[in-house]
Amino acid sequence: MNETIAFWEQILPQLLQGFSLSLQVTGVSLLFGIPLGLLLALGLRARNFLLKAPLLAVIEVGRGASVLVLLQFVYFGMPTAGLTFTSFVSVVIAFTWCTAAYTSEILRAGMEAVPQGQREAAQALRMTPMDTLCLIILPQGLPIAIPALLGFSILMLQASSLAFVVALPELMSKAQLIGSNTFQYVPIFTLVALLFAVICIPATIVVGHLERRLNRHI
Amino acid sequence: MNSQMLLTIVGGIQWTVILTLTSLAIGIVLGAGLCAMRTSGNKALDAIAACLILILRAVPPIIWLFLIFFGIGTGILEITPFQAAAVGLGLITAANMAEIIRGSLSAVHKGQWEAARALSMPAQYRMIDIIAPQLIRVSLPSVATYAIGLLKDTAIASTIGVPEIAFQATHVSQLTFRGLETFAVAGGLYIALSIPVAWASRWADKRMRLKVAR
Repeated sequence: MNETIAFWEQILPQLLQGFSLSLQVTGVSLLFGIPLGLLLALGLRARNFLLKAPLLAVIEVGRGASVLVLLQFVYFGMPTAGLTFTSFVSVVIAFTWCTAAYTSEILRAGMEAVPQGQREAAQALRMTPMDTLCLIILPQGLPIAIPALLGFSILMLQASSLAFVVALPELMSKAQLIGSNTFQYVPIFTLVALLFAVICIPATIVVGHLERRLNRHI
Repeated sequence: MNSQMLLTIVGGIQWTVILTLTSLAIGIVLGAGLCAMRTSGNKALDAIAACLILILRAVPPIIWLFLIFFGIGTGILEITPFQAAAVGLGLITAANMAEIIRGSLSAVHKGQWEAARALSMPAQYRMIDIIAPQLIRVSLPSVATYAIGLLKDTAIASTIGVPEIAFQATHVSQLTFRGLETFAVAGGLYIALSIPVAWASRWADKRMRLKVAR
């Protein structure tokens, strides 16, 4: 037991370095992905099918293909088409795509939860569609979507561990590297699991509370 | 993309499907157990199950697979990549299934429990004849949605060497340096596999809903 703790102390700085990169890549992807998801959700409200079809394709591929395959497509596939990205940029592109696709559904559901009367009232007051959206629909729809968005963010942080397949030196790659040098897989991955648990368990509990509080008002 | 490459990738489908079904089966059985612990009324059992569920869901699937495959595998037990993946994904599925089943239990109308008790049915018949048939019908859409998610998560098993779709795609792309088509085909296969599941679940749900008390 003491040996394990000594070993953990020795590898923790490297793992924390990796974990900070995991958090960064997740954060950047969410930062790009959620606004894109909102744009997709708004685009899908258009009546023109020609406009909607490509958006639907983006969403269906982002949700339907495994995020691991998306990542490999961007990192290993795009160079065939003449586009070469660093591993960090590839991960951000793939995760942003996935985030935009999933959050567009979450945000759409949030906006649809705003009562129809709000829209009608805005129309009766002759508000422009832009004002209706920015002043009436979004301020009420976004808070409804927040617990689901946070839940999704936790899943994305977990998915960031997949970035090791494109050799991004995040938590999982660091652990894998130390593992292949020392063969101490159990202690290493236990520590990695603990690091994820320390962030994800409290976050899950908080999201659960938020969800219950939101449901109380409905 | 020649037919040889395509056939190799398509050959991964069987492993993807078998892995999904195995993990789902493990998950449903263990998940029912976890759910029974959570709803048993015994505080200690409830707390243990709740903690297990939290831990299983807090750690990413790939970490579980590595822990099981490299952890147990290099120790006392011999374990194949497929077994490690099935156990790892099965455990995560169990945690999620427990929550799905618990949610569905509360969706079965309270009067059904009361009526069964009023007829003084023994507990096991109450469960098997009255509650379980409705539970299956109520939980079907969530289980199908989860199964589709699980199908995509099996791609993670490629990292420990289960020869499923993503693994074959990686293999082909390394041999031919044609990553673009290879991974596009792999992604397309996952989408193609999940569409029939979604359709079947919607069709079955529509028919089965009729036989649930409201």
